[in-house]
Amino acid sequence: MREITYRLALNEALAEELERDPNVFLMGEEVAQYNGAYKVSQGLLDRFGPQRIIDTPISENGFAGMGVGAAMVGLRPIIEFMTFSFSLVAFDQVVNNAPNMLTMSGGQFNIPITFRGPNGPAHQLGATHSHATECLYANFPGLKICTPATPRDAKGLLKTAVRDDNPVLVLESELLYSSKGPVEPIEQELLIPLGQAELKREGRDVTIICYAQTVPLALAAAEALEEEEISAEVLDLRSIKPLDLPAILTSVAKTHRVVVVEQDRPYCGIGAEICFRIQNDIFDELDAPIARVSQEDVPMPYNERLEQAVLPSAEKLIAAVKKICYA
Amino acid sequence: MSSPEQRDEVEMLSLMLLIRRFEERASQQYQAQKIGGFCHLYIGQEAVVVGAIAAIRPEDYLITAYRDHAHALARGTSADACMAELFGKVTGCSRGLGGSMHYFDKARHMYGGHAIVGAHVPLGVGMAFASKYRGEDRVTLCFFGDGAINQGSFHEALNLAALYKLPIIFICENNLFAMGTSVERSTSLQQIVHRAEGYDIPGHVVDGMNFRDVRDQLTEIVNSIRANPHPAFVEIRTYRYRGHSMSDPASYRTKDQLEKYRMDDPITRLRAQLTREGKLTNEQFDAMDKGAKETALASVKFAEESEEPPLEDLYAYTYVSEATVPTAAGAQA
Repeated sequence: MREITYRLALNEALAEELERDPNVFLMGEEVAQYNGAYKVSQGLLDRFGPQRIIDTPISENGFAGMGVGAAMVGLRPIIEFMTFSFSLVAFDQVVNNAPNMLTMSGGQFNIPITFRGPNGPAHQLGATHSHATECLYANFPGLKICTPATPRDAKGLLKTAVRDDNPVLVLESELLYSSKGPVEPIEQELLIPLGQAELKREGRDVTIICYAQTVPLALAAAEALEEEEISAEVLDLRSIKPLDLPAILTSVAKTHRVVVVEQDRPYCGIGAEICFRIQNDIFDELDAPIARVSQEDVPMPYNERLEQAVLPSAEKLIAAVKKICYA
Repeated sequence: MSSPEQRDEVEMLSLMLLIRRFEERASQQYQAQKIGGFCHLYIGQEAVVVGAIAAIRPEDYLITAYRDHAHALARGTSADACMAELFGKVTGCSRGLGGSMHYFDKARHMYGGHAIVGAHVPLGVGMAFASKYRGEDRVTLCFFGDGAINQGSFHEALNLAALYKLPIIFICENNLFAMGTSVERSTSLQQIVHRAEGYDIPGHVVDGMNFRDVRDQLTEIVNSIRANPHPAFVEIRTYRYRGHSMSDPASYRTKDQLEKYRMDDPITRLRAQLTREGKLTNEQFDAMDKGAKETALASVKFAEESEEPPLEDLYAYTYVSEATVPTAAGAQA
């Protein structure tokens, strides 16, 4: 299979959906003439024109709200946030207008909108630009959230998100844009359902549950652990909401030990929810307490050494695995 | 503009009466604790939305804030569906799930009913964007109060609409108070219409107590937008006779001010105009008013007798059906 970058995979997904459905348009800061702040929309303006690839001023609340309004009358907007840290300026549109409309209108107005862009800490961007927003958005019923970690997942999930009739957040990763991986040939339609996790590596002794930026470090940790004769299974959630609980339970029932490695902060983070679900459903299957590796609970420092100390890492993950494996 | 049919003006007066009698009933039912949550009445402002409706086509888009009962009634949503919504019944215009502040009626192009001040103004811009995107000549009417003009979303929305030359009329229903805070205590500009200049959007001031002024000025603006898409801003000066919501005694304003506006009542004014011109008799007016009162009373009965939304529906409207989402089987290439 050909290998392409995560960035190009997203670009292909956008181009294919724009080509397929004239109601789809892309709107955001620098998406058109600049070809995207991270070049995800490279070439789309030339191909689809300024009617459908639309540069906006720096007005996140305004253009996110425009997307919701356009979706109410039948268009299928893709709204790019230059980073999800900036989506916080549009929080009201994303959590109040997009997901509530269906209920508030008694089922009359669904909002088929995709909000996408990089999410999570990148590299030395400081506290305001390093937010991992998945745990915030996961608290709002009506939203769906996916977190692709590979080029293949990025393409397949984004295409599915655009076709979904509900508001979907596609949380990409700046650190992954240049990563490469196998993706089906361009002639072959690639759709990956929301709410379906994927085993990225099989193992016997422990399940590492991860998503987005923590997938590569989970795979690195699993490889290192193999040398110490601990066989780790790596389960990539791919979607935060809906959550593939059956896949989680199946893996845990097999390994009886779990570490959740998440890119957000520990307090009310994604891992807390997953821990609750596992102990609630299959408490008897657990041979050890569930461990979590996450960010430290502090605003992100700029200093590189301190930033690394805040972030989850393969080393922290290996230590957590060893602790619950009593190794 | 061409002179509208006499029949139309009488019909519009009848609609204003229906709105007022409906709201009076709603007020009474709220006090009887049949209606929960907040309830913001429109009494005094009827000429604004009815004048606007008289200037547009049924397929034009309309979106408004939380003082929305009149906007739904003006679009043709039945009094029954409106009252049932206040009662939280499944026969309500939002199945009892929205309440007073979240009226929706898709079939009649009533796009809500939005309760976060200013947050729906970008939505209106998005709807206008969609009309232009599809090459339609629909106009979007986006209503909001004088309280909304100090929200960031309002300013972003005006800039975007002007930038993309979208067919939208921003209608500021200036009733002088954002809840209990007067315009002079909240807004640096005392002439709200001047806000439009900052975005290079043409601004207009309209007498909101005069149905004909609202209709005529808006008709001209609508015609101009249909010919060549652009945004417009209209400050419609009006007054609400009641408090901000049912729980507000409105002690922040004087009896004299209220009386001054009551003397200029929009229903009385249009009635007098039509009577003077020989287009309406007292008997006709009395019959219309009686009809409006009966419709409002009947809507209470309808609401009382309607069912609550079923408990099984609790999760029915969180997500739309999965039918259009690719299945696991279908997706594995």
